[in-house]
Amino acid sequence: MEKSAVLEMRGICKYFPGVRALENVDFTLREGEIHALMGENGAGKSTLIKVLTGVYPKDGGNIHLKGKESEVNIRSPQDAQNMGISTVYQEITLCPNLTVAENMYIGRTKSPLTNWKKINSDAEKLLQSLGIPAKAKQQLSSCSIAVQQMVAIARAVDMECKVLILDEPTSSLDEQEVEKLFKLMRDLREKGVGIIFVTHFLEQVYEVCDRITVLREGKLVGEYIIEDLPRVQLVSKMLGKEFDDMAEIKSESDTENIDYNGTPVYEATGLAGTTGIKPFDFSIHKGEVNGFTGLLGSGRSECVRAIFGADRVTGGIVKINGKKVNINKPLDAMKNGISYLPEDRKRDGIVGDLSVRDNIILALQVMKGFFRPFSRAQAEKFADEYIKLLNIKTASADTPIKSLSGGNQQKVILARWLLANPVYLILDEPTRGIDIGTKVEIQKLVLKLASEGKSVTFISSELDEMIRTCSRLVVMRDGKVVGELKGDDLNQNKIMATIAGGEGK
Amino acid sequence: MTTSGKTLKPNTSVKSALGRLASNQLFIPILALILLSLFVLIAKPSFFNIEFKNVDGNNILQGNLITVLDKASELAILAIGMTLVTSASGGQDISVGAMIAIAGSVVIRVVKGYAPDISGGQFAGMIITAFLLCVVVSALFGAFNGSLVAFFKIQPMVATLILFTAGRSIAQWINNNENITIKDNRFGYFGGFIPGVPIPTPIFITAICLGIMALVLKFTNLRLYSQSVGINASSSRLNGINPKMMKLLTFIILGVCVAVCGFIKVSRVSQIRYTTIGNAIEMDAILAVALGGNNLGGGKFNMTASVIGAYVIQFLTTALMSFKVPSTAIYAYKAVIVIVLVILSAPIVREKLNDLKKKLFSSQQTKVKEVS
Amino acid sequence: MTAPKKKQAEVQPKLNNKVALTETNLFLIITISVFFVMYVSAVVFLGGRFTKVQYFLDILNVYASLITLTCGMSLVMITGGIDISVGQVTSLVCMTCAVYLENKGGNVFVAFLIAIGIGLAFGLIQGLLVAYLNIQPFIITLAGLFFAKGLTTIICSDPLAIETNKAFLTLKGTHIKFGNNYIEIGVVVALATVIILFSVLRWTKLGRNFYAVGGNNQSANMLGINVKLTKFMAHLICGFCAGLGGWLLLMNLGSGNPANGEGAEMNAIASSIIGGTMLSGGVGNIIGSLFGVLSLATIKGIVPKLTGTSDDPWWPNITVSGMLCLFLILQSIIIARKNRKKA
Repeated sequence: MEKSAVLEMRGICKYFPGVRALENVDFTLREGEIHALMGENGAGKSTLIKVLTGVYPKDGGNIHLKGKESEVNIRSPQDAQNMGISTVYQEITLCPNLTVAENMYIGRTKSPLTNWKKINSDAEKLLQSLGIPAKAKQQLSSCSIAVQQMVAIARAVDMECKVLILDEPTSSLDEQEVEKLFKLMRDLREKGVGIIFVTHFLEQVYEVCDRITVLREGKLVGEYIIEDLPRVQLVSKMLGKEFDDMAEIKSESDTENIDYNGTPVYEATGLAGTTGIKPFDFSIHKGEVNGFTGLLGSGRSECVRAIFGADRVTGGIVKINGKKVNINKPLDAMKNGISYLPEDRKRDGIVGDLSVRDNIILALQVMKGFFRPFSRAQAEKFADEYIKLLNIKTASADTPIKSLSGGNQQKVILARWLLANPVYLILDEPTRGIDIGTKVEIQKLVLKLASEGKSVTFISSELDEMIRTCSRLVVMRDGKVVGELKGDDLNQNKIMATIAGGEGK
Repeated sequence: MTTSGKTLKPNTSVKSALGRLASNQLFIPILALILLSLFVLIAKPSFFNIEFKNVDGNNILQGNLITVLDKASELAILAIGMTLVTSASGGQDISVGAMIAIAGSVVIRVVKGYAPDISGGQFAGMIITAFLLCVVVSALFGAFNGSLVAFFKIQPMVATLILFTAGRSIAQWINNNENITIKDNRFGYFGGFIPGVPIPTPIFITAICLGIMALVLKFTNLRLYSQSVGINASSSRLNGINPKMMKLLTFIILGVCVAVCGFIKVSRVSQIRYTTIGNAIEMDAILAVALGGNNLGGGKFNMTASVIGAYVIQFLTTALMSFKVPSTAIYAYKAVIVIVLVILSAPIVREKLNDLKKKLFSSQQTKVKEVS
Repeated sequence: MTAPKKKQAEVQPKLNNKVALTETNLFLIITISVFFVMYVSAVVFLGGRFTKVQYFLDILNVYASLITLTCGMSLVMITGGIDISVGQVTSLVCMTCAVYLENKGGNVFVAFLIAIGIGLAFGLIQGLLVAYLNIQPFIITLAGLFFAKGLTTIICSDPLAIETNKAFLTLKGTHIKFGNNYIEIGVVVALATVIILFSVLRWTKLGRNFYAVGGNNQSANMLGINVKLTKFMAHLICGFCAGLGGWLLLMNLGSGNPANGEGAEMNAIASSIIGGTMLSGGVGNIIGSLFGVLSLATIKGIVPKLTGTSDDPWWPNITVSGMLCLFLILQSIIIARKNRKKA
């Protein structure tokens, strides 16, 4: 029995300068269903959501809503809300200093006066009917994040939304809270609301959703009924590799020279941080390239940040070449020969207004010390050397880094850390958002570094990149290390099965 | 001390060379200086007269230009510290005027205890003690402001509001609110003239301060670190810089600058007026930084531009005063300049201006293409 | 005196319902307690003039102007901004009205309109620049401060007492008597301002929007609130309060003086912060601001008594700054703890 569609998106296209973010994507949401929208980074999930909520204007295609005869034109988030499309974002977009009731009604009332009695009693009724454990008069910031999410949902429901978009609502919730949220979602499904659920937690998708739409690289992969799509299949669809396709890609790296019995270059036991990962053990040997894999949000970045001391480390023992060291802040790690290329290039990597030269010498300069600056000639020599070595395309070494393309910015950051001459180099998503040519260059560079005796941790969302470069993979799921693969196990099928876990055997 | 080491490529046309010049940070303050000079030159040519005069048996240079160079000393020194604070913390210190009162009060407190007829050696010792003590005290107050900003994450302007109010009262407290006049006329050398030297001493002190700062910028990583912290604190931290310590350091440096200013200020008049010393100088210092084309939101800075900005402001003040504008009314004129500058540097306005520029530029380029 | 008890009674059942104390209420209770503790201990331990009813009423008479300024300041601070021009605007208003009334023999009502007009003009321009051009409020109101300062001395650089304008003197001399004690009409105006603004913040859409914008202006935008207009309104109302405050100061002092409002912005900010308004925005209460001013006045009354010499003019100022520092650090710690909880 097919339920009627509340939302139909046909042939949606969206282009950004140089990027086709969405190409001919179809999406259908039916009444009373929970529909998961899945895809890895850059797949176009958030672009699709933003087109739907009027944040971006679409460049092609049309959108139909139930009850509206012609296609609708959504110009702003306000527009979307008025048409019954409400969004609850990962970051809570309510005001923490107001009460729960106020948050539900502010910005919507017509009268210039605030009728507290009515607002509070209305809110109380709605909260009760939805089973949300909050009091109307309670200050929002005193509620847990989950309850705050639910209040945002309640606001949306009260605005008589027909389409409710939940954009990664569970990423900061614990299991019980997720359970509460799911109950609310199921209740809403009973009431006939169509819910689009964006998440990267596979287990949650299989727990609560009816249907899955998978996007990859801005294109529609397909729409599936949940029972028809086993987990492993879903992972392979998201990553774009057929599960049965046994195309063996042998690691090109020469792993025979690695002395696995010797003292590891870096060794951590029970390393624990504050960013939601479980304590983990990890070690890496001279000349080895290893990788952390897992879907987005599985904790792979948090692990390497803990290794580098980028976030607060709360426990664990770290040894460098067998000697116990304390790494509490990035400078400690740098002085111990660890380099870290962060995942978010714009936020954590580049220093936008500074020149390419200053960006290249920054790390080495900091290690050298405040009172010992490089001479101008020395800095120029370093910069020119690495601009040539990594083939960085820039007008001059004086150009501000922010005016370079993404790939070249990434090379500058890479140059910065190579210049620091580390023994252990951590590269978190060095290939994200850059062109194919540069990607290959970076992978070659990683292998070259390893053959020179450096240890490298390489993280990428693209599996074949990892398989090609790494000799060992640490697999993570939901903040936990769930497996370690090497040798013959290092193939796509095995990796995907380990990532998926559960029934994926 | 400039940041830009751009080398002109051989093939650049005159137009793009002009464009390069216009994009240089020194362009705005120097242009302002030229425009102001032209205006004054037309309105009152005698403004630029400089002459030798014999005052108290001392041959000295006198004239409005000398006054500008002399009076701008404190401002130029303050601009150094203010530029650094702006760069690293993205905000400004509004307590510098009040802190000058404290610094001056400390100097007076030390000096007043000595008899006016002590020997040269004793006098030098006393001055050095006074100066060092005033540097330490000011640096401590700077550190106080800095720690509020760095560790408690209070906006710089709000954090410095505390000393902005309390500073002058603290200055009064240090000397029990007495009206002290230092009789020893050697004390006045630092703010006036040294016998036999025709140029005011503050000009030399400023030159020394600027020289020290130039050396510091050359031989330490102060510029790189504070710019990095101001542009992207998160990224700086991941590169091993401690953003909090950097912010603290810039406030301490500003404190030292304030100490020098306080010293010059009290030496000028050989006494301290708690409520008026360094009055509203914070406004001028911020204006100097803004006029130098530095982003008040932090990040890259150009020290030379700030210092030139300071001289431009003093030029404006002296010019207005020579036109008999009362000194307090000058605030109103400066406030208008600040507002105009701030509006012009607001991101929204900048974007609009950039769009306009692009339009003009692209039409030019098409023309060039047509010609070729 | 019943105010704190009443508040506690309200809070008690809430706590039983496991509803946490809101920051607004918490700060309000702290402020009111601080004030009562200080005042009562002044009465008990220092005695003298503190025991007289008229002393308390004189605090109101003298600080009526600051109360209105603080109301406006709190409003701007609740939206997450700040206005440091109010003190000098007060001076400008005093001076302009004094010149108009004394030298030009002007009409009292017109003078009042001039006062309000000046305040509104400052609020209007600063509000436009802050809200619609997104300029840091601090820098723009700093410029406003100096503009007002310069303008004041351009209008008249010497203190000017109003001695000949009969209508104004009558108005100034009008007191409301309670037996032997009295308050000036300025107090009534100031308290009315408190009540009106309190009601606006509590019961109107605009008032609640102030809180929403201060709490998180991006969220407020998502919730369908016109953030720019709200910020603009806050500055406009603050300008109005500055104009009104200037008029009240003139009524109290009877003279214009460039130094009249010197440091008033500071006192207003300090009172607001002591009264529980958070600099980061979103939290604050006008009643708290009133008690903030009263606390400030009490400190300024007590400190000279404690130091023994009433001619040490610096202690009150240093104490107030110290208290401001303390409250600022307290707020900063509260914010840091909240952020950590979230993460």
